[in-house]
Amino acid sequence: MQATKRRFGKSANGFWNNDNTVGYLFALPFIISFSLLTLVPMALSLYYSFCSYTIGASPAWLGIENFFNLMRDETFLNSILVTVQYVAIGVPLKLVFALLIAMLLTKPTRAQGFYRAVYYIPSLIGGSVAVALVWKQLFGSRGPIVGFITSLGAENFNFFGSTTWAFLPLVLCNAWQFGSSMLIFASGLKQIPKDYYEAAEIDGAHVFRRFFSITLPCLSPIILFNLIMQLISGFMTFTQAQIITDGGPNYATNYIALNIFKEGFAYQHMGYACAQSWIMLLIMAGITGIIFKTSSHWTYYEN
Amino acid sequence: MKQRRIAINTIYHLFVIAFGALMVYPVVWMIISSFKLKSEILGSEAPFWPTTWVWQNYPDGWRGSGSLTFATYFRNSAIVSVLGTLGTVLSSAMVSYALARVKFAGRKFWFTAMIMTMLLPGQVLMIPQYIIWNRLNLVGTFIPLILPKFLGWPFFIYMMMQFIRGLPKELDEAAMIDGCNKYSIFFRVILPLLGPSIITTVVISFYWIWDDYMGPLLYLSKPGLYTVSLAIKGFADAQGTNFGPMFAMSSLSLIPVFLLFLFFNRYLMDGVTAGSVKG
Repeated sequence: MQATKRRFGKSANGFWNNDNTVGYLFALPFIISFSLLTLVPMALSLYYSFCSYTIGASPAWLGIENFFNLMRDETFLNSILVTVQYVAIGVPLKLVFALLIAMLLTKPTRAQGFYRAVYYIPSLIGGSVAVALVWKQLFGSRGPIVGFITSLGAENFNFFGSTTWAFLPLVLCNAWQFGSSMLIFASGLKQIPKDYYEAAEIDGAHVFRRFFSITLPCLSPIILFNLIMQLISGFMTFTQAQIITDGGPNYATNYIALNIFKEGFAYQHMGYACAQSWIMLLIMAGITGIIFKTSSHWTYYEN
Repeated sequence: MKQRRIAINTIYHLFVIAFGALMVYPVVWMIISSFKLKSEILGSEAPFWPTTWVWQNYPDGWRGSGSLTFATYFRNSAIVSVLGTLGTVLSSAMVSYALARVKFAGRKFWFTAMIMTMLLPGQVLMIPQYIIWNRLNLVGTFIPLILPKFLGWPFFIYMMMQFIRGLPKELDEAAMIDGCNKYSIFFRVILPLLGPSIITTVVISFYWIWDDYMGPLLYLSKPGLYTVSLAIKGFADAQGTNFGPMFAMSSLSLIPVFLLFLFFNRYLMDGVTAGSVKG
């Protein structure tokens, strides 16, 4: 260490090898994007949310009128309600799937890698337009899934014609992509010491007892991580909702991200759409905040 | 005892395979449908296997619905995805090195800023970013889709940071003593060891960009610039109920992602999880 200090300490290299110089040089891409593509847009968005604004015109200051109108805008309030429903049903479903399959695939067999790859495929392609278009026909009124339901005896059943059931194909499309959560759970499971289970088995704890007393507590930090990540991506669901149902029928799947998009780009109410995006941010921050605050009661760290 | 174990094993594999089949069923259904006559794709009488295999859906689809063929759209997607992936890997590796290994003033602040950006919903930035790109006269070019990728992608910065933190610090110190400075440590020590994390970033960022729909929808207004995802949506709208060609192009659109996955699958399964668990 001393040799290096002498070599670089006071030479002309001093500036370039200073930790501050090196740090800021390497972090520069992010510093630029954070300033120009995050901070400036956020400030603009906050300003526009108090204005009436369309592309090409100059923003007209409205004060809090946008927010006042939002509170009475049934389409917007409904979009929050259906988004919360979608997230509240879809995210737990996805995480339960991810954990169960991860546990199923911990069994060391020669096919383990192959199985994991197969179960990961939906995550790989699930966000694509191709899959959304397939989903639309798969669950459509003439598709094989409705065909199967009809063969069970339900007459004239139609997912996308029903305000009650239209959300289900979208929730399933999201839950189907449990692959990355599954991989994260799988590596968490691998880190639980084997002797915990052995000790429990000697004490006569059966499978369910071992799951609730060992597996769940040991995995709790990972559950928290997956929960937060999936909540955020659930709130931002756009592609599937836009392509599969386009928000319908009768706004039943008009999720907030889709509503903001339509408001801003189809109707050119950009100030109003910005105000909506801030409400969305506040709701998401509130929910994540509550989860973090309560997490100390249900997560368990070994050290 | 041994027979019992074999029985349990068989049940296990049958169950995993059956459920796996259910998982890939939508994809298989799409691919098979792309070889069917129009009349056999949907409806209660539709058979699972086509009675005659129809190849015509592929050339029909490739021709597209307007004056452009899918050759243009695939080329556009390739440009955006390859450049975007390249930018993501380069910039994210650089930033992650600074945040994980260099003790510069303000590091804590920039780390927090990075985490906040990662958790920030894109909808908040969507409209103002569009307004900025529009002001710069760059809407209708690939630049709004590619340039930001060269400025670091927080998700991958975070993933690479976790990976770098797992590398022993003694490596850096040994390299220091051998005469490396902070720059050569990055290029000659960290970057070569970052391999698994880089592969994961390549695969995931490639398929995120390739599959991206909202970005192209906002910024690519001219059909000549459409990426595959945008073109398929337009094609589906134009074709109405003629699903064969649409499924043919949908199947083709998934091939690059599949190939990359098959190629790097082994590294990917480890790479995704290397970072997240310690956090």
